[in-house]
Amino acid sequence: MNSSLDDSKPIFQQIKEQIEDMIINHSILEGERVPSTNEFANYYKINPATAAKGINQLVDEGVIYKKRGVGMFVSEKAKTILYQKRKDAFYFNYIIPLKTEAKKLNLTKEELNEMLMKEEKSDDN
Amino acid sequence: MIIEANNLTKTYKNKIALNDISFSLEEPKIYGLLGRNGAGKTTFMQVLAGLLLPTNGSVLVNGQTPFDNQKITESICLIKEGDNFKKDLKVKNVLTIASMFYPTWDNQLAFQLIDEFSLDLNVKVKTLSKGMESALGIIVGLASKAPITMFDEPYIGLDASARNRFYEVLVEQYQEHKRTIIFSTHLIDEVSLLFEEVLIFEGGKLIVKDDTDELRESCFSVSGPVAKVEAYIANKKVVNKQEFAGMLTATVLNANKQAAREQGFDVEGVPIQKLMIYLTSKQGGGVK
Repeated sequence: MNSSLDDSKPIFQQIKEQIEDMIINHSILEGERVPSTNEFANYYKINPATAAKGINQLVDEGVIYKKRGVGMFVSEKAKTILYQKRKDAFYFNYIIPLKTEAKKLNLTKEELNEMLMKEEKSDDN
Repeated sequence: MIIEANNLTKTYKNKIALNDISFSLEEPKIYGLLGRNGAGKTTFMQVLAGLLLPTNGSVLVNGQTPFDNQKITESICLIKEGDNFKKDLKVKNVLTIASMFYPTWDNQLAFQLIDEFSLDLNVKVKTLSKGMESALGIIVGLASKAPITMFDEPYIGLDASARNRFYEVLVEQYQEHKRTIIFSTHLIDEVSLLFEEVLIFEGGKLIVKDDTDELRESCFSVSGPVAKVEAYIANKKVVNKQEFAGMLTATVLNANKQAAREQGFDVEGVPIQKLMIYLTSKQGGGVK
């Protein structure tokens, strides 16, 4: 969990990503309670309406669900949804910048492939 | 409470403080009121608080003018930079008077905060240090629980840890009880995360009124080779341009971050404080 937020990016989005990370990193498990709007607002000293916006988007996406009067909880399919979402974003967030940089350096496709394979080998060891 | 400014104009002798401003604040939110010195922020707050009459146009609260109208002013609390209270009053008298004026007054909160900020109830306002006087203002503002509470640069002399405590209490209180809070400060980096909406004044005009997260998304800097960036910004609102060693960094407003990234630019967000500086600085500033 970050101890502070970045004022140059939408805050609701950062709250959303924090919850997603907590779920992906297993720090909140399926069926467990997610921090409330007020807990986020107090911890980060942010506007509760902004925190609520991030939380509500995750409810809409089916990642968390609301139990009336109790709070927000991680849904059964949360991980499946989040993995798919991250996979979709992977190409854009990692592959595109990788290709852009490779082009700047005049790396050939072969060289790029070689590097990707090399990375895999060292991972295996 | 609904606040409406209609063609609001205020002039002092030959200086125009507010120049034909119209907008409305309809929901209880925390609004950040930003701008340089002399931009018109304080004048606006004083008209809204019923302390000044506009030269032209009006500010209406739930359809009524606040000037000389206790029904409205008892719902409005304005804490200024200083001179909020008569110097000869004791701290406890300040609290008593405020408790009689504001129907929404929270005495328990007032005394809790007096204790937290270590204020002595029996001393006169004139013997308080600058920081302590500011603390008293903040306490009255918070405990008033007025449906419209305004803080106009309320913390001269208040140290960083006391300011931090103020923000904490503000968030807690706001959660318990939503109200319209209008916050004007130059310490934007400290409080911008609290603002749900931002209003930026410049030269007596309202130049920005937007959701804060919306601004964080739609205002950003793009960097790249000069010709490429020039082409990108050709039909956009540019608030700042800096060229260095063949590379141009331009800050745009109302643009699409994702699209800029897809075009291969280095894209960087702009904090609210920086945006305010870009929009209101004389050199190359302002929306073009």
